Amino acid sequence: MNLENNKFLVKLDNTGVFQDNKWLVKGVSLKVERGKIVTLIGPNGSGKTTTAKIALGLYKNIQGKVEKFTKKIGYVPQKISIDWTLPIRVLDFMLLTQNLTGDEISDALKLTGVEHLKNNNLRNLSGGEFQRVLIARAIAKKPDLLVLDEPVQGVDFKGEIALYELIKTISDKLSCGILLISHDLHVVMSATDYVVCLNGHVCCSGTPQAVANNNKYKELFGDRASTILSVYEHRHDHTHSPDGTIKRKH
Amino acid sequence: MFDDFFIRALVAGLGVALVTGPLGCFIIWRRLSFFGDTLAHSALLGVTLAFSFDINIAFSVFIISSAIALILLKLQKTTNLPGDALLGLLAHSSLAVGLVVIGFLSFIRFDIMGLLFGDILAVTRNDLIIIWVGGALILFVLKLIWKPLFASTVNYELAEAEGMRPERVNAIFTILMAAIIAISIKMVGLLLITGMLIIPAAMARNISNNPKQMVLFSIIGGLLSVVMGLFGSLEINTPSGPSIITAGLILFILSLIKIKRLSQLNN
Repeated sequence: MNLENNKFLVKLDNTGVFQDNKWLVKGVSLKVERGKIVTLIGPNGSGKTTTAKIALGLYKNIQGKVEKFTKKIGYVPQKISIDWTLPIRVLDFMLLTQNLTGDEISDALKLTGVEHLKNNNLRNLSGGEFQRVLIARAIAKKPDLLVLDEPVQGVDFKGEIALYELIKTISDKLSCGILLISHDLHVVMSATDYVVCLNGHVCCSGTPQAVANNNKYKELFGDRASTILSVYEHRHDHTHSPDGTIKRKH
Repeated sequence: MFDDFFIRALVAGLGVALVTGPLGCFIIWRRLSFFGDTLAHSALLGVTLAFSFDINIAFSVFIISSAIALILLKLQKTTNLPGDALLGLLAHSSLAVGLVVIGFLSFIRFDIMGLLFGDILAVTRNDLIIIWVGGALILFVLKLIWKPLFASTVNYELAEAEGMRPERVNAIFTILMAAIIAISIKMVGLLLITGMLIIPAAMARNISNNPKQMVLFSIIGGLLSVVMGLFGSLEINTPSGPSIITAGLILFILSLIKIKRLSQLNN
């Protein structure tokens, strides 16, 4: 293994999926490096989830080549429905694909602000709470590669920002690579290292600045989209503990 | 105290219940009860095979059930029929073919009732060995694949993305289902084996809130059903297989009362 292989976690080389007589996505090339966040953006049906699944190796027949250099992968799927026939607590769900100590479980749940739900049944969680549990599960074992498909859907406004900050911190601290799918252009433009803009194929890609100024990007998202290259400022005179009670800042 | 045949029946029944408990939970979670039924129906063909070629019943049932499972997978890929129609097709045609073959084997006296509803009181020492050794093997394999199997039951893609190889464990689980049917067919019969698999597990679902607890309650429910059913059948002279299933049903009804209590407490 050469040095380059150590740096890259997954490489897609001109990949595509042809299913039911149509291309779901084609000609996608991208690389995810350690410590870097690569974001996929694009309109509905542009092949973002398909691309993430190609990277994860979930398609049997693909065009092109995928190379993965790690087996430690954490995945937050876009859609997941838990069958009500399964009695399963947050605790059991955390251990689904990995062995964790009690501390590791608590720490991960604490990071996403849902430690108090540890013994709750998965079925009784709200959409946003479940999303937080999904993220906690994916990061608990400190993976090399995180694939996050719209990870903060259904999460409240404040939580959304906090979770994106968490994702950024994780990528720095664990030096893991992150493949992120997001509709939140604000976040994408301010917190990611590389942006791939999809529309059935790679429309344009590069640093957030480069993409924001690209004409194809403007065509796809409208002129206003390129003016949002501003970092969030968020001020509050209080914080909330996980159960919702208010803690005043002194 | 008890006649020897009764002890044998009890030991056989308890052995089967230990294995059907955890397998039954997965059958409920994965919505495979009709699939289990289909494998059980095909067992009749396996039994006739055993008589025709003078081989062990458990072995031939295992072979035929596994073959039916493979055929089902093949048909699912090559036809546009819905899954339940394919299951019905395989269940009833294998049952019918089995009965036709029995017609050809007129030189052997068949206990059809015993095949359909089981004859736990005719269990031999050999059968006990098959049940306990086979059962231990099944549980051992299930323990080995527990984590990937459970993960792919909860979410197939998540399991695959994180390296759990769900396709392989699904195939292994299908083989385990064929195996439990093979070792217990003589005892509970092919019409009742699915009941033995799902009734204790269904009862357990009503009273548990996590997967391990459900498996535990399912095993306990199965063991209780066997004990209650067999003593009941000895006491009031009823057929043993159906008595065990009826005992399971009674436990299930009791578990419903517990649900009602719980929801009243919560309100």
